[in-house]
Amino acid sequence: MENFTPISALLGGALIGVSVSLLLLLNGRMAGISGIMNGVFSAPKKEEIWRALFLIGLIIGAALFQFLTQGSLSVREDYPLWLIIVGGFLVGFGTRLGSGCTSGHGICGIANFSVRSISATLTFMASGMLTVFVLKYLIGAV
Amino acid sequence: MKTNLVALLAGIIFGLGLALSQMIDPNKVLNFLDVSGNWDPSLAFVMMGALAVTMVTFRFILKRATPVFEPDFHVSKQTIINKPLIIGAAVFGIGWGMTGYCPGPAFASLGLFSMEGALMVVAIYAGFFAERYLVRK
Repeated sequence: MENFTPISALLGGALIGVSVSLLLLLNGRMAGISGIMNGVFSAPKKEEIWRALFLIGLIIGAALFQFLTQGSLSVREDYPLWLIIVGGFLVGFGTRLGSGCTSGHGICGIANFSVRSISATLTFMASGMLTVFVLKYLIGAV
Repeated sequence: MKTNLVALLAGIIFGLGLALSQMIDPNKVLNFLDVSGNWDPSLAFVMMGALAVTMVTFRFILKRATPVFEPDFHVSKQTIINKPLIIGAAVFGIGWGMTGYCPGPAFASLGLFSMEGALMVVAIYAGFFAERYLVRK
């Protein structure tokens, strides 16, 4: 239980909740990031603009926090790149096949009491935990 | 115009939330997924914080006939739990456990000039395109 940071986690989570709520209340859209990322290159032109702006906002938000806290977040540099390439591909493939990721299913879908989203969230949490167990303790890759 | 500004603002708030909660840090995420090791439950609190807000706001928002600036809500009405949903979620979880990144933190980490974050975003897009051509044809 080292590095347990419940207060900043709750507050950061609440900010995410506010963002998701604003996008739904004002624009009628669910802030599922995998869907937004995918839609930037596949939706009709007019539909691509808000998605691109949301994603630019994500970058600005992270950069702004780093600036305001004078670089409090460290950037990982020593991680095996093959895991990033293969894992990233699986994240892209899986979120499209499963129609959502941590935000779309885990936050929007659960708040909408969607049984699909609750099932998906339990599934990716379990498979994520199992994957870390296999990589770390059985294979020793990380 | 208004909807575009809303999207930008929502993105900024989301990015700040990912940074403040440290969910943007892939090692922190891996420590959450590492239940049998030195478990860090913080990520569960990120979800609880977000759900504490959305569980309340969604009740009021979805009672409205329309959103404020748009004619319709775009909310999934699918209710069937099928193979693509579960297989997709399981595959996503494997990738998440291999990297510590889900799509939001991967994209936001571009704001920290993370090289592996940029590689992650490219790999995610490769996965999107592969799914589109292999599964949807």
